[in-house]
Amino acid sequence: MATQTTHHVAMTLADHLPILQVLIPFITAPLIVFIGRRELAWPLAFIASATSFLIACLLLSKVIGGGVISYQIGGWAPPLGIEYRVDAANAFVLFLVTGIATLVLPYARYSVGAEMPQRTQTLFYSLFLLCMTGLLGVTITADAFNVFVFLEISSLSTYVLIAQGSYRDKRALTASFNYLIMGTIGATFFVIGLGFLYMATGTLNMADLADRLAGQYDSRTVRAGFAFILVGMGLKVAIFPLHFWLPNAYTYAPSAVTTFLAATATKVAVYVLLRFIFSVFQPAFLAETSTLEIIFYPFALLAMFAASATAIFQRDLKRMLAYSSIAQIGYMLLGIALLSETGLMATILHLFNHGITKAALFMGVGAYALRSKSTFYIDLQGLGKTMPWTSAAVVIGGVSLIGVPGTAGFLSKWLLVQAALEQGYWPISMLIVASSLLAVIYVWRLVETLYLSAPNSEQPIREAPLSMLLPLWIVALACIYFGFETDITLGAAKAAAQALLAGSSGMMH
Amino acid sequence: MNIFTTEFILGHINYWLFIILMMTGLYIVITKGNLVKKIVGLNIFQTSVFMFYISMGKVSGGTAPIFPLDGIYDPSIAYSNPLPHVLILTAIVVGIATTSLGLALIIRIREEYHSIEEEQITILEDTIFRTEHLPTVGKDEAF
Repeated sequence: MATQTTHHVAMTLADHLPILQVLIPFITAPLIVFIGRRELAWPLAFIASATSFLIACLLLSKVIGGGVISYQIGGWAPPLGIEYRVDAANAFVLFLVTGIATLVLPYARYSVGAEMPQRTQTLFYSLFLLCMTGLLGVTITADAFNVFVFLEISSLSTYVLIAQGSYRDKRALTASFNYLIMGTIGATFFVIGLGFLYMATGTLNMADLADRLAGQYDSRTVRAGFAFILVGMGLKVAIFPLHFWLPNAYTYAPSAVTTFLAATATKVAVYVLLRFIFSVFQPAFLAETSTLEIIFYPFALLAMFAASATAIFQRDLKRMLAYSSIAQIGYMLLGIALLSETGLMATILHLFNHGITKAALFMGVGAYALRSKSTFYIDLQGLGKTMPWTSAAVVIGGVSLIGVPGTAGFLSKWLLVQAALEQGYWPISMLIVASSLLAVIYVWRLVETLYLSAPNSEQPIREAPLSMLLPLWIVALACIYFGFETDITLGAAKAAAQALLAGSSGMMH
Repeated sequence: MNIFTTEFILGHINYWLFIILMMTGLYIVITKGNLVKKIVGLNIFQTSVFMFYISMGKVSGGTAPIFPLDGIYDPSIAYSNPLPHVLILTAIVVGIATTSLGLALIIRIREEYHSIEEEQITILEDTIFRTEHLPTVGKDEAF
């Protein structure tokens, strides 16, 4: 693999980074099954994921200045061959996905050990890597049909991973089944949309699609294709009225799975949406079809309020966080709808910041689930005293979720408010602040339960094991670190937003 | 302009069939309570998309896209477009995986709930949901 040559160009290992990014977890997944030894499954998965993270860091450092890496699979030149393309936008998402996976795996070792029987643990790590492969593939590819294939790889493994929660609660099975039905409908809608685009253009390479679509924005085929893609991907993103699979899936999946999915899966889907809206179609198309006014603004605002309000009234902390995720997706959509560089920066930054925030919160929830055997508020009373380290990290996550200054969550919300003001939409910026107040309510309820209520149970509850605390604290500290140190995140978000807004010219070589 | 001429309807017969099949599948998924029927509906829905792609690749008068054995390419022969067919092979594999995973989940659901009717499962789940982890009497200060 190291020194394959294509036409007249000798390639080194460094040139193959884009394919290795996807290939390493993809090959390790079946390897774990073939070796079949439980004690080797975790180390192998961790090595694969850590290597992927290193590759993602290398790729990000190469493109953060605004460069583009194009990789032709098998040396077949696009548009005929499949192309992998790394720019600031997807390198940043790759960085998030691999980073979270590398942190969730050490966490999973204890958590999965407690939540799943031994016989399924080997397969769990294999599926985890497959899910990661799918997410990375969706992110890195520049071929529209390839997106579908990788999307289904990640989705199918996600369904199984969610169903693994059935050892704790049998409702994980129905949650997984419902997600399977909805996810498949979404993915099939996406393929129908691609079919329409292919009929109109005869190509599947994204840059090529963008070129050939440019003249046909009033074609009904193209518009129908866009609608199918938007709805199909909207199901995966859990855009407000299409979110019904999400609360149950997040609530009943094993803690490690929820952490990984909440921090990465919907974020990758948001990225695909961005890629299709801004690179395959152009911002001009959005203006022409008034998609923003009809779909993005109302549903984004609805999500921000309805889902946040629902979150306040939950009895289960895990379910509360799931609803809060739907609300946060509203912010990301709003950033897209504002259709400006600042708005897009806010979306991309929030995608990352919310990813690490939710990772911290769900890791904390997993620690509670381990020690108090429940994630209901009633059973979490007074845990601030018995599990001080976990609770402190959860509070940091909660504070970042609200968007208090000094945390990662603040920066992206601040950018979003700025973007709204830039356009003169001051009512929208007021609404952003107002919905953040709803977040204050549900986070305060959590703090109150943890610190201001008397412990519920008689038997003493121990602090979570170090292998879970360490990843939890790393993401919790990252929530603060990225609130101050903005070079990486803001720089990547800016480069990504500029690349996306440049439209298809940003996709040129 | 009246677009609903006989020519329009017959000329797009493959799309009409695709739409009928697609809607049949979606209708089954949405309305049927039996989980196996839902999976069958999903299958019909996916199959309609396979048909859509396959008919898309047809070139009128075109033959099977096989390169002549003697290697001499005759430009007068029209070939059908093989790309949508190849794409849909992948989608068929995905469809099989989805179906088998869905059926496997149904088996596990039946083991746990003793039913594969959505209505009964929902009733069971609602009962659990309403009663789980409620504060016991005298301990309701949190809610």
